Amino acid sequence: MIALFFRDLKLSIRAGGGAMIGVLFFMTVVAVIPFGVGPDLNLLSRIGPAILWIGALLASLLGLDRLFQAERDDGSLDLMLMQETPLLFTVFVKCAAHWAATGLPLVIASPLLGLFMNMSEIAIGATMLTLLIGTPAITFIGAVGAAVAVSLPRGGLLVSILVLPLAIPVLIFGVSAVYAAIEDPAPFLPPLMILAAITLFFAVIGPVAAAAALRHASD
Amino acid sequence: MSENSLAIRKFSDLANPTRFLALADRLLPWLAGLTAVFFVVGLWLSFATEGDYQQGETVRIMYVHVPAAWLSMMCYSVMALAALGTLVWRHPLADVSSRAAAPIGACFTFLALVTGSLWGKPMWGTWWVWDARLTSVFVLFLMYLGLMALNRAIDDPARSSKVSAVLVLVGFVNIPIIKFSVEWWNTLHQPASVMRLDGPTIDPEFLWPLIVMAVAFTLLFFTLHIAAMRNEILRRRVTALRRLAARSAGRGARTK
Amino acid sequence: MRLLAEGLSAKRGEDLIFNDISFALDTGEALVVTGPNGSGKSTLLRVLAGLLSPESGHLKLENAPPEIAHPSELSHYLGHRNAMKRELTVAENLSFWQRFMGDSPGGVGIALTEAVEAVGLPDIAHLPFGYLSAGQQRRMAMAKLLVAHRPIWILDEPTAALDAGADRLFADLVKAHLGKGGIVIAATHQPLGLDQTRELHMKGFEHFAGGLWHDA
Repeated sequence: MIALFFRDLKLSIRAGGGAMIGVLFFMTVVAVIPFGVGPDLNLLSRIGPAILWIGALLASLLGLDRLFQAERDDGSLDLMLMQETPLLFTVFVKCAAHWAATGLPLVIASPLLGLFMNMSEIAIGATMLTLLIGTPAITFIGAVGAAVAVSLPRGGLLVSILVLPLAIPVLIFGVSAVYAAIEDPAPFLPPLMILAAITLFFAVIGPVAAAAALRHASD
Repeated sequence: MSENSLAIRKFSDLANPTRFLALADRLLPWLAGLTAVFFVVGLWLSFATEGDYQQGETVRIMYVHVPAAWLSMMCYSVMALAALGTLVWRHPLADVSSRAAAPIGACFTFLALVTGSLWGKPMWGTWWVWDARLTSVFVLFLMYLGLMALNRAIDDPARSSKVSAVLVLVGFVNIPIIKFSVEWWNTLHQPASVMRLDGPTIDPEFLWPLIVMAVAFTLLFFTLHIAAMRNEILRRRVTALRRLAARSAGRGARTK
Repeated sequence: MRLLAEGLSAKRGEDLIFNDISFALDTGEALVVTGPNGSGKSTLLRVLAGLLSPESGHLKLENAPPEIAHPSELSHYLGHRNAMKRELTVAENLSFWQRFMGDSPGGVGIALTEAVEAVGLPDIAHLPFGYLSAGQQRRMAMAKLLVAHRPIWILDEPTAALDAGADRLFADLVKAHLGKGGIVIAATHQPLGLDQTRELHMKGFEHFAGGLWHDA
């Protein structure tokens, strides 16, 4: 299993891998927003956390469609299905590797983009923390979409459409936790705890559902 | 006429990677040495001059910031020239040059952005404003990164060279447009409340260290660029050798 | 160990591909599946590998270790695709599969260097898999069969893209595996150069099976 984790990590870093492209997409999306809403720093700092969250959500959907499709295209998926180790673990490890290669760079890049959005130190810290806790949930939800769409020829777009509605709770609680951290009356911990609960929940449900979908998608 | 054809031959000699490697080996130590000398003098001058009465010591950031910003532009021009070389003259080293320049350009642009931020914090009270100049430099940075991603995504240089050359040229045309549109967009919302970097006329006190540092940075760029081109050529040779090894291994087994 | 197939039939989508196939294989025995294109050879092998559930009939393993749920867990499957990543080197690919699959009870896989030597390509394990020619890639995929031990080999067109020399090399590998008490099931057009093999000739399914949407 550790071997699988490092293989996937290696693949995403090697030429043609999508690890850095996600961060680049994140930066571009966030950088485009001020052109749309104007360079008013007060406004930007107010909507900054939401923008970062939406950007991270879109960026983490980017490479998801290849999560299982690449394995299917070269036949590796067949061998993974045959093993004694439950497919559920294989899917979980693949998700973890995918998150480490694409989600974690987003978390690391978020403070930099927070500066561009003129966010306060507390807001930047809170955004980074919520992204760290919340983005794995997006990956686990996305794994289900990727597994469902694995045998479709042009599944990439479909994965995004399938996954985005499911990821809305993550967005809601992620953003509300950040705003709770900035604005005094609202408590910070409850939304953060719910966010963590969502991640843990999907860390179980996601691989189970994805494994089931993969079993039935093979032909 | 003979002089002219000699010049052409010299130029096409450079197209031979082996000649280029030999030249690079001879040139690099000198360039590196010269760069070091200019940096020593430039840094000494930068710290010997007095601070600005308004900005205090932070003005010294300028000696790094302005040359880096200038190089971020020049590097893209070099890439555009190289892209033209790839598409029009099909010069084999042009693609190598363009490919080697992208990460260097991204580094200088990043340096310009970071030093600008560090300067902006005490001066403007914020790390970043969506000022026309800052924004267009940031867009330039994104374009560098995009080009690097493209170069990485296509691993076969024969295929990627033309494609990325087209993109570089489109970007080169696009840069003035971005710059002007951003200025127009920006003044619409926020009249010139932000202090502009190119605003104050520069006192000779600051001018000299700035010029020396600019020369030092330019030399640094050429040193790095030639070294990166050498690495790129060597990298391609290694790739070619590995493909050859794969082919000959098959042949060896067949005769067995 | 004994692999038993009883009355297997399989569908792809709505179409019945084959019907009522039964065989029994003891250790050291090989089954060569032959037949024209479209006769369902690949489908049969995918059913045996557990990648497709049979429409009817079942697959059994006698005298198998008790923790094995399906024969596929004791099987290697070499399909049309090589299951190797172009971006990784051959050695990285092989060592990944070696560690990921592990060994079935009753044997150990051989070391990586021995495996690439066994397929006759000892010098190029350090190269990215994508640099190799189609035949070399196929041979490296066979090396994958050696690095992790599995008693049952299920091979779909194993010698496609191979030249005559590599064909013999592969036949030797299969013989060695059978000699150690393995079971081999291979679908192929070419003779594998094996003596003492059983043959299953698939004729394809001639009659229309009706099915859910038609009157029988």
